[in-house]
Amino acid sequence: MDRVLPEPTPETQHFWDGCKAGELLLQRCTECTKSYFPPRPFCPKCGSRKVEVFKATGKGKLWSYVINHRPRPDLGTEPHSIAVVMLDEGPQMMTNIVGCPQTPEALQLDMPVEVKFEDFGKITLPLFKPAGA
Amino acid sequence: MKQKTVAAVGAAETTELGRIPNMSVIQLHADAALNAMADCGLKPSDIDGVATAGISPTELAYYLGITPTYADGTSVGGCSFMLHVRHAAAAINEGLAKTILITHGESGRSRVGAGGFRGGGGNSSLPGQFEAPYGPVGPPSMFTIPVMRYLKTRSYTVEDLANVCVIQREWAAKNPRASMKDPITVDDVLNARMIAYPFTLLMCCLVTDGGGAIILTSAERAKDFPHKPVYILGTGESVETPMVSQMEDFNSSKAFRVSGKKAFEEAGISHADVDHLMIYDAFAHLPLYGLEDLGFCKPGEAAAFVRERNTAPASSLGKIGKLPLNTNGGGLSYMHSGMYGMYAMQESIRQLRGIAPAQVPGAKISISHGVGGMFAASGTVIWSNEAP
Repeated sequence: MDRVLPEPTPETQHFWDGCKAGELLLQRCTECTKSYFPPRPFCPKCGSRKVEVFKATGKGKLWSYVINHRPRPDLGTEPHSIAVVMLDEGPQMMTNIVGCPQTPEALQLDMPVEVKFEDFGKITLPLFKPAGA
Repeated sequence: MKQKTVAAVGAAETTELGRIPNMSVIQLHADAALNAMADCGLKPSDIDGVATAGISPTELAYYLGITPTYADGTSVGGCSFMLHVRHAAAAINEGLAKTILITHGESGRSRVGAGGFRGGGGNSSLPGQFEAPYGPVGPPSMFTIPVMRYLKTRSYTVEDLANVCVIQREWAAKNPRASMKDPITVDDVLNARMIAYPFTLLMCCLVTDGGGAIILTSAERAKDFPHKPVYILGTGESVETPMVSQMEDFNSSKAFRVSGKKAFEEAGISHADVDHLMIYDAFAHLPLYGLEDLGFCKPGEAAAFVRERNTAPASSLGKIGKLPLNTNGGGLSYMHSGMYGMYAMQESIRQLRGIAPAQVPGAKISISHGVGGMFAASGTVIWSNEAP
């Protein structure tokens, strides 16, 4: 079954284009310097439209997660992590932790993770794996 | 009595609760509405304001034969009805309507005349782009996302989550209308089928059918109705984010804090004045967040507060707790049709009328605190059976 995929909008297209090119793109306000996600053409903290896109390090830490046991056929038949990572730049992002067993023992809060782009055809998703794995 | 006071004069649930395959969603609304009207001796022609979520207020008014001068379709999830109460109180004070009917009905289990789960808003919405691709399957794998962080920050354990379920089942056991009444232990909860680690089946709310309705009018008129009025002392509401992954703080709901603080300020009461509390419990962690974010417990103290039976009924383990919580059994054990906020308010009103199956002796002030979406929205109503 094909993976359920996002449909980009004019405000988010750059983010998905970045993933396709292997770059995790965030935005930053040039007035108050806040880095933020998900994409929008203004700063959610101060309201300024003076914002820029920048390439993030793709590094962060595992902030929280569940291991979903309910059926989601496009992700296979085994329980899978649904995680939130805290990026080094500040924003938090939902993702899956891949490249390790999907168990509480392997998924330790605060462990360093790094982005691992996975191509699903028209969209590439930013998944994360334990750093160095 | 304050000059501008509004009260609930009629309140009722659907005739049946649990499994109602013979009623469509709109009829569940109507059944509850007719019961609430019967409860206070009114007819549809006496109602001049309507509010509902799930269906449109237009559908409700047409179906019941009501011609309103006020219609509120605020739909922010399960706490929508708390917001309806708040808006209705303001509307009555402003003269937009005199008698407002608020209804809920949902065929959560039988799915008669019900649409699909509307969580994402399509693949181009923000949740559709930045959450749905990673595999969540409705609230059990979404609402639970912040909890591992919360447990670590607060030094809580999964046993603390299970305790919430066990104590609410004790309340449910006293309630003939509760869906789940058999006693459970912490081990039962932890050993139940895994849904989304660390959440087992018994840490997740029920999926049942049912409805409820409330009728509000001015406190001045309220004296002329058959039941003792239940007055609104204060209300609050707020919203935060449609994406649980973007909550500002995984350890605390901003919407809870804002809504609760506003309601306490309006009511002019202190926490010690509260006799009874309802916190919308879609999942086991919500009462813990609610106790902390409403200010009943300091951060990190809610789990012990529950464990030490401060929210529990009287039992062989001791007398009734000082802050009876979710005394109908809650969404975990009483019922949960999808938007449970209405049932939390029904229980607050029953407690203040003195007719609850598990009655809190002498309860005068009750709070109904609701959540909408997954920490997306919140609404709070502070009720009293004494005129302010």
